[in-house]
Amino acid sequence: MVSRRNSVFANLDWMVIFLYFVLISWGVINIFSAEFNETTQNFFDFSLRSGKQMIWIAAALVLAMLILIIDSRFYIYFANPLYILMVLALLAVLVVGVEINGSKSWFVIGPVRIQPSEFAKVVTSLALAKYLSNPNIKLSRVKDLVIPLAIIFLPAMIILLQPDTGSTLVYFSLILVLYREGLPGVYVAIGLALAVLFIVTLLFDKLIIVSSLILLAFTIYFFLERRKKNFFIGLGLFLVTGGLVLGINQVLPEKFSIYYVLLITLLISGTIFLVLSLFHKLKYIILLLIILVGAVGFTYSVDYVFHNILEDHQQKRINVVLGIESDPLGSGYNVNQSKIAIGSGGFSGKGYLRGTQTKFNFVPEQSTDFIFCTVGEEWGFLGTSGLILVFATLLLRLIILAERQKTAFNRIYGYAVFSIILFHFTINIGMTIGLVPVIGIPLPFISYGGSSLWAFTILLFIFLRLDASRNEFL
Amino acid sequence: MNNLYENRKFAISLTLILIALIFIIKLFYLQILNTSYRLSAENNVIRYVPQFPARGLIFDRNGKLVVHNEAAYDLMVIPSQLEVFDTTGLCEILMTEKEEFIENLKAARAYSPYIPSSIIKQINPKTYAKLQEKLYRFPGFYVHTRTLRKYSQDIAAHLLGYVGEVTEKEIAKDDYYKMGDYIGKSGIEKSYETDLRGQKGVKMYLVDVHNRIKGSYQNGRHDKDPVVGSNLTATFDADLQAYGEKLMQNKIGSIVAIEPSTGEILSLVSAPGYKPSLLVGRVRSKNYLALARDTLKPLFNRALMASYPPGSTFKTLNGLIGLQEKTLYPSMTYSCTMGYHARGLTVGCHDHRSPLNLPSAVQISCNAYFCNVFRNILDSGKYTDIHESFDAWRNYLLSFGFGQKISLDLPNELKGFIPKTSYYDRYYGKKGWSSLTIISLAIGQGELGITPIQLANMTAAIANRGHYFSPHIIKAVAGRDDNKERFMKRHNTMIDSIHFAPVIQGMELAVNGAPGSGSTARIAKIDSIIVCGKTGTAQNPHGKDHSIFIAFAPKDNPEIAIAVFVENGGFGSTFAAPIASLMIEKYLKGNIKKNRKWIEDRMLNTDLIHGEQKK
Repeated sequence: MVSRRNSVFANLDWMVIFLYFVLISWGVINIFSAEFNETTQNFFDFSLRSGKQMIWIAAALVLAMLILIIDSRFYIYFANPLYILMVLALLAVLVVGVEINGSKSWFVIGPVRIQPSEFAKVVTSLALAKYLSNPNIKLSRVKDLVIPLAIIFLPAMIILLQPDTGSTLVYFSLILVLYREGLPGVYVAIGLALAVLFIVTLLFDKLIIVSSLILLAFTIYFFLERRKKNFFIGLGLFLVTGGLVLGINQVLPEKFSIYYVLLITLLISGTIFLVLSLFHKLKYIILLLIILVGAVGFTYSVDYVFHNILEDHQQKRINVVLGIESDPLGSGYNVNQSKIAIGSGGFSGKGYLRGTQTKFNFVPEQSTDFIFCTVGEEWGFLGTSGLILVFATLLLRLIILAERQKTAFNRIYGYAVFSIILFHFTINIGMTIGLVPVIGIPLPFISYGGSSLWAFTILLFIFLRLDASRNEFL
Repeated sequence: MNNLYENRKFAISLTLILIALIFIIKLFYLQILNTSYRLSAENNVIRYVPQFPARGLIFDRNGKLVVHNEAAYDLMVIPSQLEVFDTTGLCEILMTEKEEFIENLKAARAYSPYIPSSIIKQINPKTYAKLQEKLYRFPGFYVHTRTLRKYSQDIAAHLLGYVGEVTEKEIAKDDYYKMGDYIGKSGIEKSYETDLRGQKGVKMYLVDVHNRIKGSYQNGRHDKDPVVGSNLTATFDADLQAYGEKLMQNKIGSIVAIEPSTGEILSLVSAPGYKPSLLVGRVRSKNYLALARDTLKPLFNRALMASYPPGSTFKTLNGLIGLQEKTLYPSMTYSCTMGYHARGLTVGCHDHRSPLNLPSAVQISCNAYFCNVFRNILDSGKYTDIHESFDAWRNYLLSFGFGQKISLDLPNELKGFIPKTSYYDRYYGKKGWSSLTIISLAIGQGELGITPIQLANMTAAIANRGHYFSPHIIKAVAGRDDNKERFMKRHNTMIDSIHFAPVIQGMELAVNGAPGSGSTARIAKIDSIIVCGKTGTAQNPHGKDHSIFIAFAPKDNPEIAIAVFVENGGFGSTFAAPIASLMIEKYLKGNIKKNRKWIEDRMLNTDLIHGEQKK
């Protein structure tokens, strides 16, 4: 036992550590290039971002060492107290934080700026792992889902108030952890269906969507119902109600649009039909009706949220990805510039420091959120696909490590690390090549920024520490 | 162990692999298959060239072109693309000082190595032709075309305003503007900036190492075309404006003429003025400095920004208020014994027949009559005290547009000053003043600050028998169909239209009365047009009295209402009345009749500025 405990370094997964070093050094090399011009020639100039990133890396390595030295049980025992502390810190930043780029998410202490929401991911993962590792929890039971979802979305809600939409969305990735731990697949399917419905709502007129949903419901019903008489009763009921509502609407001094006529018709005829089916105990009709009403309600609220709650630039960013708006100097500007930069790299790129598009003037946030452009322009397809392969290898390795854990806590935490990195990887690269909306979240280990680098280092190395002592509790 | 769900690791791994695969396929497409994103040579760059639309043209009310554009060329530099070049040679082509050039280059480099800066502005077409041939020798430099204002007639500088480079403050306010852009700084150019400027566009070009444009990037797929600025139709009459400026030469003062039925400003002159072409192009800053230092303040728009006491022209308004308040009837007479005498106070008057009724009192401009009228308004039993009655009187003034900015679209207008009761309370104490204390307001003297445009507007309101339209200088913006709603803003005064007849009759008599009847402005009489006018002579602390005249014509269905101020011109009838009548004649008849040519000559040849300096 004793010898095992002391041999943390012997049990470390050196492959992950190797990939970690590949990524951080690749990052700093590209940050230097993103900022490079004829007046900034010195790589180690600490007034430059690349120089500063070197300092963050040095500090991150010290942090990593500390994490490896600490006993692995610390992370299990202190998961909950740390979680409470983190929630308090997130609340505090809303009050005493400093606003940078429109979101109040930074503590400023002298020259140091810290973004607590970056570290909140780590602590949330620990707390989630701690709670879910209780063998009595069954995620297939709805009531057992409440607390895990609360653990995930409490910090997300607070971060949304800052407001920092990007960091909030990261928490949704933890659903993947719940899925691995037994969340019924049907929920995930519903989630995906809602996502599709969401996109469709923004793409098409709500009248078209509601009509097609109703049409779809009737079609399904037609094939499900063995006694066709019932189907025609339902259809007739709907049409008669629709006619009545339409008639009344014509008489009203202030006419409602056809969309609302349809909604009201659906509500009235649906209720009547629901009561009828309850009498006759037609279970699947009840289910169908509930799904239909739910879907219509969902599109309505998406429409409402999109037009009344989301801010202008957020609406536009979503629109650009869906191809609704394409204005090269407007909201699509970043994506267009970023695609030009990446596309101009060709197969092998223009060469290190020789990019022309990825200097500060064209692509904004060059060294942070859009660092992938520099890679694409200067290293070409070789560089971009290479980077994607490195990430994919790291992520696959994390799955393997997680699966080889002998305690539920370790495995769950491992999947949390995987999910968070996967989410950042997907969104960040996806947005630079125009596949997902522009959401300002960094590319792990590569993007410039101390808070982000440290948070990902801590996230990863805690898992490596847990993994190194996976045999201890046998 | 929770290995019940272990198989899900496959689904998760598959998701990951799928995402990576989609990314790689998309990148393969972006970077290898789709060559449109690729640049042909290693050092090719995309250059973003903003496309400046031509500013909208400005026409006068008769469709005569007043302001248009001519091309000018700016030499731009992108410091990061510079190579060693022949500075002396370039400066020779440009005909500029080498030191200045190097200085500008340094400034551009300091601003940004990547963003283009203009280093030599407004190169003339000849130099540009020479430069264009040689430009290939100077990588990093290119020329871009802009437009400069050009004036068909060098008039109406104060109305038109001028265009200049944006300041940092203006950039901070509106992110449409970038360093080096132009913006309207005053007058119409300023108030109609968003109509005139159009919409900038942008063109993306591929530029090779030799600074040659290889063509548009991706066939202009990402370009944005500029939208030309909207043309404006102004309300002023260019000929009348030019004539007014000529009449006011060598004088200080202003003319404002308004079409009563619409509020359209027919002419607005502020003298001394300047030629608008002085503030265009490379000479602008030099000329601007000279104009700003001129002690006669030619940049100062007196028609909107100078406030004067209105003098006797105000008697018309006091008469109207008396009629509306029912403290005065047209037939009411007051006698005048060389002035108004009360409690040891005297307001002097000239020698004239007495007693007079209202029309005659306006005709002859009797001070005593209007002192009586004014006191009767303020001391009528209708109000409990002077505060209440003064407020009532003041509200009438406000309803005529005094004490507020009245123009719809001219920037930098002054509000003028109409005192409040608190103003007198401060000087005399709450109970320390009465109608007698402020008696000078009866004849338009005292604590009144009225701008020429406000007085012209009052004249228009009288001409309209009780209402006015906000004075404005633009009547139509091309391509918009809301011109009528946008420019016609009607305001009713608090005087009922039935009360205007006797006052207008007085104004008619003041100009058209029989010789020897005491008419104050017979010099303004024009055959075949009934001009209604009222003189004013404003005492002021800056020397000789200001000469003031208001008039409208014809009496029925008036087409022009005018106010003229000539500083230190003496009596209203000396300068202001003849100038106003000439303006009216010019506008309504097109030219000055022979028998009035002597008046025109006298006005053109009088030099009130240099005459005074000689003393």
